[in-house]
Amino acid sequence: MSTFWSLWIIVLTLTNLALLLWVLLANRKVAVRDDEDPENRTTGHVYDGIEEYDNPLPRWWFKLFIATFIFAGVYLLLYPGLGNFSGLLDWTQEKELRGHQQQAQARFSDKFGEYANTPIEELARNPDAMKMGLRLFANNCAVCHGSDGGGNWGFPNLTDDAWLWGGSPERIKQTLIDGRRAAMPAWSAPLGEEGIAQVTEYVLSMGGREHDAEMAYQGEQLFNRNCVACHGADGTGNNNLGAPNLTDDAWLYGGEPSEIRQTLRVGRNGVMPAQGELLKDNRIHILAAYVYSLSLNYDEE
Amino acid sequence: MSSNLTAAGDHPVYDYKVVRQFSIMTIVWGIVGMGVGVLIAAQLVWPELNNLLQPYTHFGRLRPLHTNAVIFAFGGCALFATSYYVVQRTCQVKLFGGWLVPFTFWGWQAVIVLAAITLPMGLTTTKEYAELEWPVDILITLVWVSYLVVFFGTIAKRKTSHIYVANWFYGAFILTVAVLHVVNSAAIPVAWFKSYSAYSGAADAMIQWWYGHNAVGFFLTAGFLGMMYYFVPKQANRPIYSYQLSIVHFWALISVYIWAGSHHLHYSALPDWAQSLGMVMSLILLAPSWGGMINGIMTLSGAWHKLRTDPTLRFLVVSLSFYGMSTFEGPMMSIKTVNALSHNTDWTIGHVHSGALGWVAMISIGAIYHLLPILFGKKEMYSVKWINIHFWLATAGTVLYIASMWVNGIMQGLMWRAFNADGTLTYSFIESVIASYPGYFVRFLGGAVFLSGMLLMAYNAWRTAASSTSVAGEDNQTQPEAV
Repeated sequence: MSTFWSLWIIVLTLTNLALLLWVLLANRKVAVRDDEDPENRTTGHVYDGIEEYDNPLPRWWFKLFIATFIFAGVYLLLYPGLGNFSGLLDWTQEKELRGHQQQAQARFSDKFGEYANTPIEELARNPDAMKMGLRLFANNCAVCHGSDGGGNWGFPNLTDDAWLWGGSPERIKQTLIDGRRAAMPAWSAPLGEEGIAQVTEYVLSMGGREHDAEMAYQGEQLFNRNCVACHGADGTGNNNLGAPNLTDDAWLYGGEPSEIRQTLRVGRNGVMPAQGELLKDNRIHILAAYVYSLSLNYDEE
Repeated sequence: MSSNLTAAGDHPVYDYKVVRQFSIMTIVWGIVGMGVGVLIAAQLVWPELNNLLQPYTHFGRLRPLHTNAVIFAFGGCALFATSYYVVQRTCQVKLFGGWLVPFTFWGWQAVIVLAAITLPMGLTTTKEYAELEWPVDILITLVWVSYLVVFFGTIAKRKTSHIYVANWFYGAFILTVAVLHVVNSAAIPVAWFKSYSAYSGAADAMIQWWYGHNAVGFFLTAGFLGMMYYFVPKQANRPIYSYQLSIVHFWALISVYIWAGSHHLHYSALPDWAQSLGMVMSLILLAPSWGGMINGIMTLSGAWHKLRTDPTLRFLVVSLSFYGMSTFEGPMMSIKTVNALSHNTDWTIGHVHSGALGWVAMISIGAIYHLLPILFGKKEMYSVKWINIHFWLATAGTVLYIASMWVNGIMQGLMWRAFNADGTLTYSFIESVIASYPGYFVRFLGGAVFLSGMLLMAYNAWRTAASSTSVAGEDNQTQPEAV
């Protein structure tokens, strides 16, 4: 803030408060006291039958008013408020936040740190650690992935064995730390509506579902030219690119023919935000184990 | 008493038609606005009610309709009605402005109807309490400037030497709302019902809450204090307690309120200095706010017994108690550490409604009960007993509402900040929603009880207007004595 605007704020604030104090003090005493002239108790104004007493300001109210002035003065001396003057305490909300974060870090890092060297596979079977993991998941992940990890439209189900970016402990941890950014391009321009319909029939055939064989044949040609780079020749996808397996039953954006066509038309760009900075290593380690544990039951069944 | 000064003969015939029109619409829009409020309160208990007629009945579209209807339609009509009545009688002249007077009535009704159409259609600027799109904003500006001309024109040609304190407050409210509306609604139109705010980022937020808080400060406080300063001494038939207090708390209130808006943006991207200044000014605001309450309640000294027999006076006085309570609560909630708990919780909604139901609605209802017999040339309301029933329904409804929102709000605030031993949050957000259900139901109940009182009022008003026992031949400027 420039010196001009800083002064502008300071002058405006102090002038307003000073004028207010003057109005308060100037009207403290009444012109004629009731005990001096008991007959003269009103101001003499009459409006539609309404008169006004000239009673003095209630003492307790006057004191309350002065008390808030004193509080304001002290507060504006200690804290930022008057333009660029940063206050004697040199307080800012950023500093307060950083202080709280450091406190929390110091207080809780041991708690999470005790599992830092336990391998994720082992940690996933430790009930105490998984209780912590559940809470971390509920706080940070459940908003998108659901409180049971079952996912939602556009947000992957974490309890099955379909993994866009890989389901090994190391891959899960990497996903959590750095986030993921999927990039399925829009195909409406290159393929046209007919091409999209043909590829859709071919995708249906890969999953062994009902399809139009003629169109699927055409679609296969298009698929081989455009889609194999990411989804692979057999359509089973590629964990390194986040390209989904097209032959299974897991459909992030819906598996109905109309939904597959829409995905082809507009493309999909799912984003998993990076958590590394926010949660730090020790918590990510427990969280990775928790996410890993979600699909354990599925694998064992 | 010197009230004989205003006896018929030494003042002109007042313009009561517009007062009558606005008084009736106060009741009509009160029922509509509170009815929508009860519906959206029910939607929070039974979410299926969102589906009555999607997408028009979705909570997100009806909520701004509710706020606009109760603040600007119900509250606005009450302010128009009473200010036009009070300014004439305390200046002892007929309203200034000729055709501008009916224009303010029909123009304001058009604004309300347009709001009721565009908001459910999803046409919104997304600025809270200023959701209406730019063509409606222009109409509001025209109506408001006309209101300004009528009001100050009437003051200018007054026959009294001084200007009564009620008119100071009405005048401050009209003038400041004009400035607030024009500045905050500045926008670049891109289509008939689409515009972009002229401001961006933190500056946009600051201007929005400078507007938003002063919609409370000037529309819902200064305006209704104007109402208080006429109807309380008039109904109690007592002089105003202290002229000194009027002067001090008026200047303090209007000069400090305008600073306080930034307390809505604590711990945000707003610079620290602006946040602190908003908080400090909000605390200084406590005494000036209470000045109005003291002046109103102390006016009753020597007339307390009237509360036993006069339910209209009871409305007026209890509204002042709620006013005192919410203007104490407001400064407390503006303190940063308290705000850290209360912000984004139902406590805020409870606070708003202790002001909106307890203060604004109750004083308006009291004033309208005072006005109706005069406007329809009757000795008193068709049933004074029903006024008393309405009073208890309104009080019970308000208490149910604000108590449930206090409980919900503090519970939510505490749940959101509860930590486990390992530093994780104890509750997920959805758990705090589930815990809020009982409070939501009690809130719905409170709103419904309050609304039922309004329906009783409408019936009472209709029977009063329709009854044949008019005060035949009596000068309609005089105030019926026994109410």
